Amino acid sequence: MSAQYEVVIGLEVHAELKTDTKIFCSCPTEFGGEENTHVCPVCLGLPGVLPVLNKKVLEYAVRAGLALNCEIASFSKFDRKNYFYPDLPKAYQISQYDLPICKKGYLEIEVNGRKKTIGITRVHMEEDAGKLVHGGATIATSRYSLVDYNRTGVPLIEIVSEPDMRSAEEARAYMEKLKAILEYTGVSDVRMEQGSLRCDANISLRPMGAKEFGTKTEIKNLNSFRALQKAIEYEIERQRDILEEGGKIIQETRSWDEGKGVTVSLRSKEEAHDYRYFPDPDLVPVVIDPQWVQEIRDSLPELPDAKRERLVQEMGLSEYDAGIITGSRALADFFDQVVAEYNEPKTVANWIMGEFLRLLNANNLEVAESKVKPRSLAALLKAQAEGTISGKMAKTVFEEMFETGKEPETIIKEKGMVQISDEGALAAVVEKVIAANPQSVEDYKAGKEKAIGFLVGQVMKETKGQANPGLVNKLLKDKLG
Amino acid sequence: MKITVKDVEHVALLARLDLTEQDKEKYTQSLNAILEYMEKLNQIDTSNVEPTAHVLPLKNVFREDKLHRTMDKELVLANAPEEEDGCFKVPRIV
Amino acid sequence: MDLYKKTAHELSSLLQKREVSSEELTRSVLDRINKVEEKVKAFVTVTGEQALEQAREIDEKRARGEAMSPLAGIPMAMKDNICTKGVTTTCASKILYNFVPPYNATVTEKLLEAGTILLGKCNMDEFAMGSSNENSGFFPTRNPHDLSAVPGGSSGGAAAAVAADEAVFTLGSDTGGSIRQPAAFCGVVGLKPTYGYVPRYGLIAYASSLDQIGPLTKDITDCALVLNVIAGHDPKDSTSAPVEVPDFTRYLVDDVKGLKIGIPKEYMGEGIDPRIAAYLKQAAAKLEELGAVCEEVSLPHTEYALPAYYIIASAEASSNLARYDGVRYGLRVEAEDVISMFCKTRSQGFGEEVKRRIMLGTYALSSGYYDAYYLKALKVRTLIKRDFDQAFLKYDCLLTPTSPTTAFKFGEKVNDPLAMYLSDVCTIPINLAGVPGLSLPFGTVEGLPVGIQFIGKPFGEGTLLRVGYALEQNTDLTKPKAQMEGVI
Repeated sequence: MSAQYEVVIGLEVHAELKTDTKIFCSCPTEFGGEENTHVCPVCLGLPGVLPVLNKKVLEYAVRAGLALNCEIASFSKFDRKNYFYPDLPKAYQISQYDLPICKKGYLEIEVNGRKKTIGITRVHMEEDAGKLVHGGATIATSRYSLVDYNRTGVPLIEIVSEPDMRSAEEARAYMEKLKAILEYTGVSDVRMEQGSLRCDANISLRPMGAKEFGTKTEIKNLNSFRALQKAIEYEIERQRDILEEGGKIIQETRSWDEGKGVTVSLRSKEEAHDYRYFPDPDLVPVVIDPQWVQEIRDSLPELPDAKRERLVQEMGLSEYDAGIITGSRALADFFDQVVAEYNEPKTVANWIMGEFLRLLNANNLEVAESKVKPRSLAALLKAQAEGTISGKMAKTVFEEMFETGKEPETIIKEKGMVQISDEGALAAVVEKVIAANPQSVEDYKAGKEKAIGFLVGQVMKETKGQANPGLVNKLLKDKLG
Repeated sequence: MKITVKDVEHVALLARLDLTEQDKEKYTQSLNAILEYMEKLNQIDTSNVEPTAHVLPLKNVFREDKLHRTMDKELVLANAPEEEDGCFKVPRIV
Repeated sequence: MDLYKKTAHELSSLLQKREVSSEELTRSVLDRINKVEEKVKAFVTVTGEQALEQAREIDEKRARGEAMSPLAGIPMAMKDNICTKGVTTTCASKILYNFVPPYNATVTEKLLEAGTILLGKCNMDEFAMGSSNENSGFFPTRNPHDLSAVPGGSSGGAAAAVAADEAVFTLGSDTGGSIRQPAAFCGVVGLKPTYGYVPRYGLIAYASSLDQIGPLTKDITDCALVLNVIAGHDPKDSTSAPVEVPDFTRYLVDDVKGLKIGIPKEYMGEGIDPRIAAYLKQAAAKLEELGAVCEEVSLPHTEYALPAYYIIASAEASSNLARYDGVRYGLRVEAEDVISMFCKTRSQGFGEEVKRRIMLGTYALSSGYYDAYYLKALKVRTLIKRDFDQAFLKYDCLLTPTSPTTAFKFGEKVNDPLAMYLSDVCTIPINLAGVPGLSLPFGTVEGLPVGIQFIGKPFGEGTLLRVGYALEQNTDLTKPKAQMEGVI
């Protein structure tokens, strides 16, 4: 007989901010680059250097906080989090401890048609650490490691949720919504695969109805939605098994082994954790002007929930389609721009959800990397609507647009793909086909409706597919009475 | 508050210092003498006093989000005790 | 013409009149270093060749008629915790024995721009932690007035170099008295500016909220000239005050009429050598004679400054010194794994006093003790600052001894950390309050210089220079150098 457990999940998400320079120095934040080339005395933590806050970091943190419905602190400061690690040049991370820039926010998720509000405890600013490259296959088997400080000092916001999630699906939905919101506000690239969006999950179980939280474990560095969901699902089962066998959960940090599909303990030596936070004496407090906050609030774009609502209410899209399209700002913007030129939202949505996403996924591309511009897609859809090309042709043209970035008009012209909609020109071909296929004509006249399909096909063949099929159909029916 | 050799060991671990047995004794003694002197602070009531972390009333010191030249690569690694492939090399982590 | 003995302002006029060249002058000082350094040991590094090269460049510029700052061509030295690009900067610690900064401190930039000649880097207590120079990781500097006495600390090398004419002036740093106490012990002028007045960028941090760079000079006029170069806002230092800097030479007037000077009674009691107290009264009498008003004042929280200071400074130090881990620069002691490498490097690289303060600071910040120690100390700091705010409502500046005693003997306090800490009792409150403090030589006791300290309002350096200048003009007690002849 297994007891019923309630799952309690909270997420700590780190998002890299999309500034040009680091949080406390003027080095580039650009991803990649040769090792240790995006560094200066400040981010290398050389003796004697001092940090100066990048104003854009503060602006972006406030922007993200507002989009997440947070209160913006009027007085905020930076603290040092002290711990030793080779990728942390000063042996402390400049972060925010008791006075974060934003707190008490929330966002809304929807799982299986049920809406739920997830609380956000706080959003604070901090600096990223460097990168360790291990000499062996894993950290545990490496005899040495190499340190690259290019990432050191890249600005981060850490977004801490309340322990409000009750399943892996909810956690995933939260993460997807958070990603969309951060993308909409333009503060982060939110590329999980490049590490510009990272997630740690805190998971515990408690008997149904219990008030006290159970002992939690923390799973570090979940770098895809899939990993997030799988790791949480695994961890829930692992904890459930232990509890059902009468065991105890050990509070610890674990990591997700993608290959084996398991979480593993990261506990190494018995180690004292005491970060000894204290106000960084090299930095001065931040005092926020409410008018500045208002300016940032006014400059926020339409956020995913509002946009989705608008697509459903005003454009008649289904909840599902609107959800997919607004799930990423790039896609939503693309949609908006196509609709601005070709005001048939449903058709546009079908094309985006169908051909466009299919080709993007097949080629593993982001919306921004697409060679097809919204204006070009609109032009293609217009050509189809006006009967210049057929629906089938349109798909062929789109594939080429996607591949080459050429305008639809150019492709249509190059391929001589213009649809023949001239009755006079088609009448002769229709006559010829009728003359050449007496059997089919007879069949049709005898009531076999299907026979007309064969005749239309013959006309299309004669015209190399350029005939307007609707018109051919009409002409044939007219001729055959 | 008397601190013990055990406290000194804990603090040394946090501060990443290796202490000999003799060091531990010595530091326990001198830290106790100093901390005893610090007890003097408890003579004053500070319950209604704000802490001073900064003497100057400075706030909102920022820089613009503008790129500056990074360091020459030779200089980055010039002081490195050990390097490899443009990186700082360290012994195994765990 | 013993050029090395002269002050910067005397030399400046000789250089401007082209009666001497900077090369000549630099050679004179380098010769002096060669002659006395074996006894004084004020330098960790002497950059003789570079200095001469720099001097020749300055001479060429002058020959071309280029505009020159008043300090152009003057040889100086810097405490070895101020970063100098391409010149080893060690903090007198084994852990940084080979560190060559790839960048200049802002003050280094400013001094080089002004055309001063860098002679080398001065010895100090390791990471500026100490009051006698006995904590140098390399060797102790000796007091040029008595080689068996300490030069004070932590800027002991910088003070001794000026006293022994091994540099025309030097820069030191002062966290709890580290410029003023050695200035007093060595009989030179030492100024700790208002916190935030002189950029800290490139000063290797001991305690960030207290550290301040300042000049050690042969007289008040030189102090004003050096301050003119190094003070001013620095966008690289978030704690740098965004204020206009005056020309400090305009305070060099022999006039203290109507100036109100407070003498805090807490600095005149138990523990103060009565002969020093007597000199202080003599100085007050002189100032009254010149038209100032001197009155007793009270700074009631003075006795709490020392414990508060050692908590705050050690806490900040425990974090500031965590970066010395053997990964990017400095000493590395090889070990199997990274944690052992950290521990071995730090244990062997740091000296005993540095380790003591790191542990004290780590303890004060650690979980469960933060409120009792660190937070409490920050609150006491508020009270100490208030004492000064109150006093400055009524007084233009305050007058105290710089140190309770004159220079003590080597070994006298080194095994008793608390006794050593107490030698900073008169200077520490000034750092906690962030106000400026000037130590001026005033007489000698048994051949060893006495220093008196003037404390000013925030950014009130001008008043301190004015009082010091007036005393220099009106009494020879401010020039204790004669006593030094024969020792070195």
